[in-house]
Amino acid sequence: MDYLDHLEAEAIYILREVAGQFENPALLFSGGKDSITLVHLAKKAFRPGKFPFPLVHIDTGHNFPETIAFRDQLIEELGERLIVGYVQDSIDQGKVIEQNGKNASRNPLQTVTLLDTIEKHGFDACIGGARRDEEKARAKERIFSVRDDFGQWDPKKQRPELWNIFNGRIQKGENVRVFPISNWTELDVWNYIQREEIALPSLYFSHKRPVVLRNGQWMAADPILQIDQDDIVEHRSVRFRTIGDITCTASVDSEASDLPSIIEEIAASTISERGARMDDKVSEAAMEDRKKQGYF
Amino acid sequence: MNILKFITAGSVDDGKSTLIGRLLYDTNSILDDQLEAIQRANRKNDDGTVDLAILTDGLKAEREQGITIDVAYKYFQTDKRKFIIADAPGHIQYTRNMITGASNSDLIIILIDARKGVIEQTKRHSFIAKLLGLKKILVCVNKMDMVDYELAVYENIKTAYLKVAKNLGIDGVDFIPVSALKGDNIATISDRIDWYEGPSLLEYLEEVDIDQTSHDSSGWRLPVQWVIRPQASDLPDYRGYAGRVLGEGIKIGEEVLVLPAGIRSTIKQIEPDLTTENQSLNGRSIVIHLEDDIDISRGDFIVSANHPANTSKSLEAHISWFENQPLDPSQVYLLQNHSKVSKIKFPEVFYKYDIHTQEKLENQPIGLNDIGRVKIKSADEIVFDTQDVFAENSRAIVIDPRTNLTVAALMIQSA
Repeated sequence: MDYLDHLEAEAIYILREVAGQFENPALLFSGGKDSITLVHLAKKAFRPGKFPFPLVHIDTGHNFPETIAFRDQLIEELGERLIVGYVQDSIDQGKVIEQNGKNASRNPLQTVTLLDTIEKHGFDACIGGARRDEEKARAKERIFSVRDDFGQWDPKKQRPELWNIFNGRIQKGENVRVFPISNWTELDVWNYIQREEIALPSLYFSHKRPVVLRNGQWMAADPILQIDQDDIVEHRSVRFRTIGDITCTASVDSEASDLPSIIEEIAASTISERGARMDDKVSEAAMEDRKKQGYF
Repeated sequence: MNILKFITAGSVDDGKSTLIGRLLYDTNSILDDQLEAIQRANRKNDDGTVDLAILTDGLKAEREQGITIDVAYKYFQTDKRKFIIADAPGHIQYTRNMITGASNSDLIIILIDARKGVIEQTKRHSFIAKLLGLKKILVCVNKMDMVDYELAVYENIKTAYLKVAKNLGIDGVDFIPVSALKGDNIATISDRIDWYEGPSLLEYLEEVDIDQTSHDSSGWRLPVQWVIRPQASDLPDYRGYAGRVLGEGIKIGEEVLVLPAGIRSTIKQIEPDLTTENQSLNGRSIVIHLEDDIDISRGDFIVSANHPANTSKSLEAHISWFENQPLDPSQVYLLQNHSKVSKIKFPEVFYKYDIHTQEKLENQPIGLNDIGRVKIKSADEIVFDTQDVFAENSRAIVIDPRTNLTVAALMIQSA
């Protein structure tokens, strides 16, 4: 079997296991290419029926407007339910404190909003678009990853995961994070998007925009980043290789304006996808530490 | 282009993680920022070269202790194939993690340290590979640089291993002499091992034939995961059974048997219908429709009527136990095979294996990391095949309903 068929069949199988094993699952939708691919796979798994889960978006309030517009249009086309958890609400409720300074980001705060949203709606499983090739702690995580009452991942207590038999049984209060595209690489996702002609937000394609240099990377020059006179701002042809919110995703110089040229660019790239993620650069174990706290 | 899934096994310090690091490095699968991170971490080999093992040891605890605790999955590709590597720990106390990695692999690379030769762990790993029914075993005799690349050392190890394999009933083993540290015979053939005439490890992995479909004579199985019933006004009668196909030969018009109920019907429609394009459906996630209105739900099996699966409330299986709490014959457990969960008990433990000698020990409890043979009594009819006939449908996990943990793996041997 061709590798894309193999990966697709596995992901659909996992999505159907979630539907069959859980009472109240949800699909975590970020507006990025991986979660858009998940939505496409969910259509293959459940159409002509409805999705057996809503889409859940954790909105930091610092998202690119293109992401939100794309999300809303997709939801309308799908006719499925969208639940949004706002980081601003967590700030207003005093559950988290906004960071200060030039490198301030709401990215770390969203874990609290995510856990609150899970608790409020009683989700017992959350499907996410994380891939094992992204990051070395993710490479260790199971496809069905059990989280405790506080959403925490304990890498030392992972259940053995044998063949394609998934054990999603949990105690009340626990929940499971499920990663159907665990075995896909970044290039697999792009090749699949091309093959299936999946629509993406314009941010992924080369465009001219003002960008500001921060820690050696070009970030979108948005007022949220507190740009002052010392900052270097330029108009450059860029695209985003990965999309988090404005404060944690850097752009890359690129003229790639269609899928074939993006695929060519990625295949030739000597920098990994998460090289443009400020949130991973905090420390050697940044991702492992965030996952232990309840991150995606 | 297809995917080869393989696992690497060896004991501590056999150079397993270094071998994987080397494969990734030599296929340009390590990117600049990842290399930078490795250099930042500043872990060096004795000769000053960068320690590639850090690429696979993804957890803090692993980096601190310098050992692999849990399975890490790594991905790389060449022009010929895509590869998924399960890097599994070698320690005996992590046997369950190795079994997890092996269950998701087609091929196992068993590493032998050229200085130490065949040791107890080599036998244990080979035994596990045989037990789980892996399709191919490749032995890499590593650290050839430490024995001056001597042919005699390699030949002695080969002879010793073949003896072990014979005792375990394993045949068709292949061998490659390598040095993961120096890169000898990993991506390319090394001049330093000029007496060796076979392929490099990478060439071998690109070409090895893993026969993934050989069920023409045993039919197909569709474990039902989910029933699609839109109940919409434009699709009032739509009823599709969704699942992933095991085996070959499923097609429209084919007579089927719904198990365990034993009801017959015929396939009316398959979505997506790839059979017209002459594509195999083995391993695909599909939806089928039947001619008759039958009560079928998640956990039922739709199988080829001419080669049906077995059903029974009583089974015998090989078991691999994962928990500190030993198997308790008085306790109710859950058996999950595909999407079906049944209540079971283990009324009898026939024997367990001495993991070191592979001898059968009778009248002994089955505890953490033990492998043995048990009798299973089930509340429901279990739909299954035996491992020798249709391996993909002979597998199950055991869940302890008190803790919800996966406590064992089962390979069904007979009714």
